Amino acid sequence: MLDLCVQKKQGQFQVDAAFVSRTAGVTALFGSSGAGKTSIINMVAGLVRPDSGHIIVNGRTLFDAKTGLDIPPERRRIGYIFQDGRLFPHFSVQTNLTYGMHLTPAKERYVTFDQVVELLGIRHLLNRRPANLSGGEKQRVAIGRALLTSPSLLLMDEPLASLDLARKTEVLPFVARLAHELSIQILYVSHSLNEVLNLADSIVVVDAGRVAAHGNIDEVMSRVDLQHLTGVSDYGAIISTVVENHDQHLTYLRFDGGLIRIPRFESPKGSKIRIRIRARNVAIALERPEHTSFQNILPARVEEILSENGALVDVRLNVGCMLLARITPAARHSLNLRPGQQVFALIKSVAVSTGGISTGEI
Amino acid sequence: MKNTDLQFSNTPLCFGMEIFELTPVEWEALRLSLWVSCWAVAWSLPIGILVAWGLARLNFTGKTLVDGLIHLPLVLPPVVIGYLLLVVLGRRGIIGAWLYDTLGITIAFTWKGAAVAAGVMAFPLLVRAVRLSIEGVDQGLELAARTLGASPLRVFFTVTLPLIIPGIITGLILAFARSLGEFGATITFVSNIKGETQTLPLALYTLTQVPDGEFSALRLCIIAVIIAIGALVASEFLSRRFAGHIRG
Repeated sequence: MLDLCVQKKQGQFQVDAAFVSRTAGVTALFGSSGAGKTSIINMVAGLVRPDSGHIIVNGRTLFDAKTGLDIPPERRRIGYIFQDGRLFPHFSVQTNLTYGMHLTPAKERYVTFDQVVELLGIRHLLNRRPANLSGGEKQRVAIGRALLTSPSLLLMDEPLASLDLARKTEVLPFVARLAHELSIQILYVSHSLNEVLNLADSIVVVDAGRVAAHGNIDEVMSRVDLQHLTGVSDYGAIISTVVENHDQHLTYLRFDGGLIRIPRFESPKGSKIRIRIRARNVAIALERPEHTSFQNILPARVEEILSENGALVDVRLNVGCMLLARITPAARHSLNLRPGQQVFALIKSVAVSTGGISTGEI
Repeated sequence: MKNTDLQFSNTPLCFGMEIFELTPVEWEALRLSLWVSCWAVAWSLPIGILVAWGLARLNFTGKTLVDGLIHLPLVLPPVVIGYLLLVVLGRRGIIGAWLYDTLGITIAFTWKGAAVAAGVMAFPLLVRAVRLSIEGVDQGLELAARTLGASPLRVFFTVTLPLIIPGIITGLILAFARSLGEFGATITFVSNIKGETQTLPLALYTLTQVPDGEFSALRLCIIAVIIAIGALVASEFLSRRFAGHIRG
């Protein structure tokens, strides 16, 4: 559990963030570049001292401005994986990995060297020097090095940002496995929606040094008032689904409101997938259309109509979960839409983006 | 020995192997020079690294003043430094008197004084080289080590120090070479005492002042050149080795 409340003035920039993250697993710290995400985790790690506030991890107070308590970074037991890896160039991979492990009392270690090396698949690299590793290998070693200190919280500052798509695909599964196999709480900084959707269990949206929203991913990502933070024109609903079935051409995904058909997608039955449906790809009909190319026709209830930006109207639909549709004011007028109305949401199956990072679609 | 010297000085075109046969005085000067330079580097290196680290990594009031003081030997005439040393470390100097009264140590007019003078003169070169390489060390690496559980002291010895070894070697060689060549401050502070403070440059200077000394002077000159080149080659070799060590 992480209980954080920090204030810090850095020149003109003011960080004033507070949130409590109770869930184990991955909490994404999401926001655009310069939103203050890295400042926040630097404070958690003890590399930057907040002006006021407190930081409590798993019941242990690491910083409290009122009592003047400020535990130095080396005694916080918080793992930090930096964007640029920061492996020690003068040590071999093996020595890098054990650097922090040797400084952790044996009785406090919860992972062994062999476990970590196996989990990250880096045994063949042990005798190499960091200079001879690829970007993806470096980040895996950096993850291993932090993990071997048996931290109570793992901070990851855009660990994939410096990697190309192929390397990202190489490292991402390891991060996901960490959270679940070792049940470590991870605070994952990212400005990539893609990574967040693939990894995170909950999300903290950071904007201009403040926490704009915090909670379950599907809810936060579908909130219209946050769409300017998650992507101005290209936003949509995020829905958690489970692979139900495949046929020759289609994959059926079960969600709270029924089934969604998408083009066949290779993924084992029962696996969890987050999908993203852009608001501009959702159409609204008053009656169930027949003879149509729309593969997904979902009964829906109009929850809210937002027409803030004039040229376009955003409609929040309840299909068992939240769905967003973006239509023109003319269409709204001719359908005479109003809150509470029963309609049908139409979604082309090809317009559904799966969270699969390898497609790079989102 | 003296006779051959005289013969050769009259026939300068007939260089034989005898030119490399050093007189006891020359041997003494060479030995003393190396001894003094080694001590000069030995005492100034740890202090130099500490000061360089402070200048590179700390922000404190009076930093510019400290920086200026350290660079004084580079800009002041060496004789002035020698005189200041005499004032401070001489038998009746502020620190010198205390050292003599409590510990019975005399610095002025001994080889120890020569080592102090050489070290002080070489100090700015040493600090500059080490400071430059400390500033080149990615502080991110040091912070990473902190998050891995290392105290600042451990970070210094396991991360910073190994990464600045090439810079330390450069500083070391520069300081050593500067110490070997030290003249003005040495002669002012500890005088020119044969077998005690008469280092190679002082011996060379003395030889130029006496008749028939030019061959001896030439030999010492050649020795100085050999030592200098040797030091440069060694520094280059070591620096490359350690840089290669870091690159893997």
